[in-house]
Amino acid sequence: MNWQVIAPLIFFLIIIFLVGLWSSRKIDASSSFLQDYFLGGRQLGGFILAMTMIATYGSASSFIGGPGVAYTQGLGWVLLAMSQVVTGYFVLMVLGKKFAITARKYNAVTLIDFLKERYNSKWVVWLSSLSIIIFLFSAMAAQWVGGARLIESLTGLSYLSALFIFAASVMVYVVIGGFRAVALTDAVQGGIMFIGTMILLVAVIVAGGGIPNIISDLSSENPNLITPFGFDGGLTPLYVSSFWILVGVGVVGLPQVAVRAMSYKNARAMHRAIIIGTIVVGFIMLGMHLIGVFARPILPGIEVGDKVMPMIAMEVLPPWLAGIVLAAPMAAIMSTVDSLLLLVSSAIVKDVYINYIKPDTEESTVKKMSFAVTALLGVLVCIMALSPPDLLIWLNLFSFGGLEAAFIWPVVLGLYWAKGNKYGAVASMITGTASYILFHTFYPNALGMNTVVLPIALSLAAYIAVSLFTENTAPAAAEI
Amino acid sequence: MKKSIHKKDPRFKIAEKEAWIGIGLVLFNFIWWYGFAYGLGSEPADEYTFIMGMPAWFFWSCVAGFVVMVILVSAAVKFLFKEVPFEENGEGGESE
Repeated sequence: MNWQVIAPLIFFLIIIFLVGLWSSRKIDASSSFLQDYFLGGRQLGGFILAMTMIATYGSASSFIGGPGVAYTQGLGWVLLAMSQVVTGYFVLMVLGKKFAITARKYNAVTLIDFLKERYNSKWVVWLSSLSIIIFLFSAMAAQWVGGARLIESLTGLSYLSALFIFAASVMVYVVIGGFRAVALTDAVQGGIMFIGTMILLVAVIVAGGGIPNIISDLSSENPNLITPFGFDGGLTPLYVSSFWILVGVGVVGLPQVAVRAMSYKNARAMHRAIIIGTIVVGFIMLGMHLIGVFARPILPGIEVGDKVMPMIAMEVLPPWLAGIVLAAPMAAIMSTVDSLLLLVSSAIVKDVYINYIKPDTEESTVKKMSFAVTALLGVLVCIMALSPPDLLIWLNLFSFGGLEAAFIWPVVLGLYWAKGNKYGAVASMITGTASYILFHTFYPNALGMNTVVLPIALSLAAYIAVSLFTENTAPAAAEI
Repeated sequence: MKKSIHKKDPRFKIAEKEAWIGIGLVLFNFIWWYGFAYGLGSEPADEYTFIMGMPAWFFWSCVAGFVVMVILVSAAVKFLFKEVPFEENGEGGESE
């Protein structure tokens, strides 16, 4: 691999590193360490908020996996990917001002703080902490592996040194900078994702001889590639539509996304973030998946989907520009990993330790502990990523849908339905996660829909039924 | 016995209205996306019409649909969303 490609990547890592360091200097001045470290002091503006939501949500699959599938499936997969435009406005509109105000009222720093105050139940806190720690830890390790593999394939370094470079560049700013550093670096990373998508899309269209040319090449190879039904006609409307739940509206239930909906400064920031977020997420999803499809006539016969994006970038761009564009998937992975790392750390320090093990911990101890736990988690993930255990790979399969099914109703109905109570929340979380794992194992894509749909429906039913059934035994409804 | 003892914060009325707007936008988004994709895309591929080189179903559903959603979302935020203060005055949460 040549230096012209590697140089922009190194430059990118250095920038991220500097932004992270710079933003972490603010932390010392603040009065409340926990609020600041895990939530950026609720001071995010509109642009940073939009970018950190998109960058956290957009992961390796938006830049590597997704375009790879689009390469095989054709325009039908772009259609499917466009369900993600929803995430740009839906999360902030639905959680919205109510979540921001309630979180301030409750003085909540984490999503679990919110659930704790809302339901006033030890069980809810333990279940949600446990599922965040287990599922997001595995998800993080998987992304970590992806990041190291990407560096490995781009630079020709060994997996071990690639892993080390990746870990070092993420961990330093997360550990010392906390949420603000994560959000600010996310903004830079989101910008790189946007620009990289734009450059590569234009270059691919030019290399393919214009859109009409590319489309006619595709349709002469296989007319199915330009239909909404996939290369073999296997993408049914029901199946494609069901992704609106998994990667569209269900994203409300992802803790790493939801926590951002309580981090913004004021209503104006939220309004701007909704508009910017919709534009950016829509453009990235449309652009990246189109790139995957358009790459097909230019570079036919790529067997491994994950290689489509790196190969097409090297093919159609001069090396230095390819380096800039390939910083985009790296940015996507880093910005997901840093948020997960901090979230798992907050679940351990704030939600478990301070809530239940030692509530009177002194501020200075909390501070040291937060740094230490975050660093320790980073090292632990790193060790796991060296040779990921089977259990971890298995758990990662459930991290996305499992967390959605667990959290969506306790959060959303907790906000808007006064009768929802702790029994309903516990029932909903257990039903959601357990049924997701069972469906995934024994009856994937049940009834022709994505696996996540039925567990989310079941957990809704459990939440409502149990809440209503226990209405008279539950303590007075929380003020919402 | 009914326990509806939550006195409504006036800001929550605004918040609830905005959440419904979000749901409305998603429904509209879905209908537009689904309608054009499968309405125009279900005919045989050799009878497709093309707009800017793209099959019409794809152009309307994914490209125009995205632009329409950006316009609608911006308009909803500009004209329907209200700015409210987030901080408590008086009724404080627990001390920190």
